Amino acid sequence: MSQPALEVRDLEKTYVSEGGRPGTKALTGVTLTIEAGDFFSLLGPNGAGKTTLIGIVTGLVRKTAGKVRVYGVDIDEDHEKAKTFIGVVPQELNINIFEKVFDIVVNQAGYYGIPRSAAIPRTEELLRALGLYEKRFDKSQTLSGGMKRRLMIARALVHNPRFLVLDEPTAGVDVELRRGMWDYLQKINKEGTTILLTTHYLEEAEQLSKHVAIVNKGGIIAHGTMRDILSHLKTETIFLDLAGTITDNALGDLKGYHPKKIDPTTISIEIGEGKGISDAIVSLHGNGLQVQTVRAQSGKLEEVFVKLTKEDNAA
Amino acid sequence: MPLKGLLISFWTIVRKDLVRIFRIWPQTFLPSIVTSVLYFLIFGAFLGSRIGDLEGVPYILFVVPGMVMLAIMMNAYNNVAFSFFSSKFFMRTIDEILVSPTPPWVIIAGFVTGGVVRGILIGLLVLLVSLIFTPLALTNILVIIAFFFLSSVIFSLAGLVNGVYAKSIDGINIVPTFVLTPLIYLGGIFYSINTLPGFWQIVSQFNPVFYLIDGFRYGFLGFSDVPLALSLTVLVALTAFLVGFAWYLLKTGLGLRQ
Repeated sequence: MSQPALEVRDLEKTYVSEGGRPGTKALTGVTLTIEAGDFFSLLGPNGAGKTTLIGIVTGLVRKTAGKVRVYGVDIDEDHEKAKTFIGVVPQELNINIFEKVFDIVVNQAGYYGIPRSAAIPRTEELLRALGLYEKRFDKSQTLSGGMKRRLMIARALVHNPRFLVLDEPTAGVDVELRRGMWDYLQKINKEGTTILLTTHYLEEAEQLSKHVAIVNKGGIIAHGTMRDILSHLKTETIFLDLAGTITDNALGDLKGYHPKKIDPTTISIEIGEGKGISDAIVSLHGNGLQVQTVRAQSGKLEEVFVKLTKEDNAA
Repeated sequence: MPLKGLLISFWTIVRKDLVRIFRIWPQTFLPSIVTSVLYFLIFGAFLGSRIGDLEGVPYILFVVPGMVMLAIMMNAYNNVAFSFFSSKFFMRTIDEILVSPTPPWVIIAGFVTGGVVRGILIGLLVLLVSLIFTPLALTNILVIIAFFFLSSVIFSLAGLVNGVYAKSIDGINIVPTFVLTPLIYLGGIFYSINTLPGFWQIVSQFNPVFYLIDGFRYGFLGFSDVPLALSLTVLVALTAFLVGFAWYLLKTGLGLRQ
């Protein structure tokens, strides 16, 4: 069996305050395994500890306690070797605005000991794949926000990492570009690159991930396959757009579905726990109402996320 | 990383810094040239003849080694301090290196080499400018080369330590203004410590810059206030201390990693 891409055991991080005293406790004993080849999403509200976890793995943050192994290499024993496996796309834009796009990627290869003769064709390949080839001799400050994000992905991939860590890579990127980035990430994941993604776009995680962990207040509150996580949701809210005006009788017949009238021709109902949508549609049909469209209230993962973090905050 | 990889990483850091140094040449090269021309005008053409000889040589000739050393020290220091600090503070591009397998000693070597190259180039330019005002005396070229190198390495390392430690732009400006400038100007650029009262002669010997200027001046003029071997010993020890301190800072991530 191959080594997991990432093993984290009892990881703790307490930041030090200005006076040198212990400050914010960002991680409170996180244990997590990401198998090689996985597309793993780490979700959580702002300040939950996601970026701290990524920072420790990539060498930008010092841990307080715990163990981290990347492809079996303990970062305490040989962090430099562990780093050779990792490519990082940080949350904050950290590219030199005076440097040219091409130089930024080629220089990054240099820091991994890759000669320019190998770095140049690899850079050209990545810039083509990410739609930046035409901009390769432009200074990075002239790029749009979405282009800068893609440049950071190219930079992270230049040394062919086995493990790509993306900290909110699509923040501020428009829908079309975001979908293009999803396609590219899915492609490299299929080719064997393990991906760890943090994102606030839960739809993104739902579309892309095989496994998910939800972090809140420095600890993991849910962890498993996407199916496991979604199973936390017992019911789901559905919107029905009707061809006619809803009547009190029709609403009464849907009592078990907790119906709510949104406007004269739109209602919401809750399905799940043995109540399927087809019975509701049949009931409405019996009251002379055709269902024109059916819409989910939001992504299922988003509902699970809100539910679990609310429960954890209340605990 | 194998040795070849380490050399590539080292050269990447150096190359990037050299590109920056030459791209902004009016900021990196011109100020020292202008300053040295002014000093040579004042101490050579305007005041030099009134001051007369010092230690048996014309005053302007006595001042030249100190002026060259001043340019080397300030440029080597500022280059590394600013380059490192801006990469960690303004654009956070230092993370590009910190997430890579480049070990701390290669990072130190890379940044220090950038400072050394700038320091030595500007030192040579100031030396060339001095030829307009006075012919040079040369006693020992090897000593001159050694002190060129030592001064730029020491001040590049000091700049690196400052760049790593500084938490704000004030932290980068305070040290050169309130620590380096007094040390440099009181290190004997414009005078021999033999001309000072006894107490101040002793105080001067605690100033590492004094040994740099004194040894460098020996390479040109053939005399020094303290034995050359003592200067070299002090400076090599200081270099070793700064290398160790910079390595400790980068290895532990103090001032760099949270």
